[in-house]
Amino acid sequence: MNRFHKNTKQLFFKFLSANWRKVKWGFEIRRSFLILSFLIFNFSLASGQQQRFPKPEFSTGYEQPSTIVPEPRALALEYFDVAVLLVVLSLISWLLLKKRSRQGVLWISLFTLAYFGFYREGCICSIGAIQNVTLSFADPNYAISVTTLLFFVVPLAFTLFVGRTFCAGACPLGAIQDVVIIKPISLPKWLNKTLGLIPYLYLSLAVLFAATGTDFIICRYDPFVGIFRMDAKFHMVVLGIAFLLMGMFVARPYCRFLCPYSVLLSWMSRFSKWHMTITPSKCIQCKLCANSCPFDAIDFPTNEKEVIKSGLGPKRFLTYALIIPLWVALGVFVGAKSHTFLSKANPNVYLAELLISNPEIKNDKDNIDVQTFLSSGKTLEILVKEAEVIREKFYIGSMMAGGFMGLVIGMTLLNTVVFRKRQDYEPHRGNCLSCARCMNYCPVEQ
Amino acid sequence: MNKTQNRRKFIQNGVRLSLLLSLGTVSAAALRSVTGDDYVWQIDPFECTQCGRCATDCVKKPSAVKCVHAYALCGYCDLCGGYLKPGAIARDTGAENQLCPTAAIERKFIEEPYFEYHIIEDLCIGCGKCVKGCTSFGNGSLHLQIIHDICDNCNECAIARVCPSNAITRVKASEAYKVKGDFTNKPKA
Repeated sequence: MNRFHKNTKQLFFKFLSANWRKVKWGFEIRRSFLILSFLIFNFSLASGQQQRFPKPEFSTGYEQPSTIVPEPRALALEYFDVAVLLVVLSLISWLLLKKRSRQGVLWISLFTLAYFGFYREGCICSIGAIQNVTLSFADPNYAISVTTLLFFVVPLAFTLFVGRTFCAGACPLGAIQDVVIIKPISLPKWLNKTLGLIPYLYLSLAVLFAATGTDFIICRYDPFVGIFRMDAKFHMVVLGIAFLLMGMFVARPYCRFLCPYSVLLSWMSRFSKWHMTITPSKCIQCKLCANSCPFDAIDFPTNEKEVIKSGLGPKRFLTYALIIPLWVALGVFVGAKSHTFLSKANPNVYLAELLISNPEIKNDKDNIDVQTFLSSGKTLEILVKEAEVIREKFYIGSMMAGGFMGLVIGMTLLNTVVFRKRQDYEPHRGNCLSCARCMNYCPVEQ
Repeated sequence: MNKTQNRRKFIQNGVRLSLLLSLGTVSAAALRSVTGDDYVWQIDPFECTQCGRCATDCVKKPSAVKCVHAYALCGYCDLCGGYLKPGAIARDTGAENQLCPTAAIERKFIEEPYFEYHIIEDLCIGCGKCVKGCTSFGNGSLHLQIIHDICDNCNECAIARVCPSNAITRVKASEAYKVKGDFTNKPKA
């Protein structure tokens, strides 16, 4: 029996290997596989076994080893991460508001960099958690773990009361940029405002892509995760280093001009209850702090004479307010126009489009996606139908994202003509990263 | 002056409350699909087509995907489709006969005519060449799987994104492995 078994097998093997050398992927292997399984089927009928080559019965008392399957990271450790986050946030809030200690904040941010950055390799992350939360709304089958949800909610809840202490030292991405600030330059206001629109765009795209189940772009284009892991695709390493080099002069560029989570944090921080102040008690207008903020987040006292001279008044406010609907409409229009383009990021849509626009691609043996699809037995009609459903989602989603962007642009413009009376130097609550640098410059005793 | 301050404070408090409420609503809505368990990535070995992308697209170098051996399914063949190159000159451990590009499979004689095949995990790059051979010519006891102590458990698996057969999905951390033998989710066809 054994002899026979061996010989027959050898025969198959030779026959098949001849075939195998000719082809790379797909059909041929399948076909030969069919022939093989047919032969094996007959063969195995005789032996009465399920497998092609049944497990032998050993006479030497051989003991079969077990397949090694190392356990994933313990669940308790994930909860420990949440606890670390809570402790870090509370400590920073205390150091900031009670101790007014820049040094303390700096030490905590270094700890964050070591723990959440290099030890946890930037992955568990509040910024990325936006996408998990979004997907859990959009896809009823997607379950979100408690730890991820907490990582999303806890920093926002803290920010609502104490300002962006998360940015100050609980975010590894912020921490790594904070330590490389050498000679920050002040950007002109218009540039700050314009670049400040990018996070809104990034957020809307991230939500759009996550909700359609297409991609997690925040994680994919995280510039620093490669540095934390000391391993990434070349272009991502270049991007990360470029951000750090830029960050020497334009302080924390990712936080200010890209981070999608900063949008939510900034909303919360604007209405925070106990936001940090530059002076512990009363501002004496010494202007020492005026240039202390590397992020241009200190609002100067309003010069009322200038406001009147510039002629910005209720009239312009009214105009800007009235054109907001136009901005929204424009955004919706642009969104509707771009949904076809955006939906191509979805692999299903991309594949369906490729197969329709270029049917010869079916003969391309090197295109793994096409060949796998063809051999999966799924028909083109089903794929197209799936792609259409996704594209429909993109249609609605990009219109919403566009409308949101229109609203943001309109409101930003409106904000440029709103003047709040300020007598003192104050941190801009939305943009202030609560790093506490300015506090060091304030001569007022506590 | 005092009045304006009061009004501003009132508005601030109101907005803060509504922000708090909306944050609460979002979390409550997310709570509907929340689970206390954690999630990890796994390959469905019955869906896998051994396209080779696991070796190239993982954020880990070498990949966190390794070949695992379900010994219970192995035929212990001398002529192993996973170990030997098609048309190998001889059935021995000669480098020219081995299919594995990194010689990560150890072939050990047990008794005539049976051999045990053992994957040296440190050498395996997850290319799936042996899996293709074993699945095509043998029992399919060799298969690719994501090994959790190597995997970074990215929020979105970089391989899952490019997997042509969508074989990579999230599974609960309490049932962390889809290893053939235990995991017998037979294909429909």
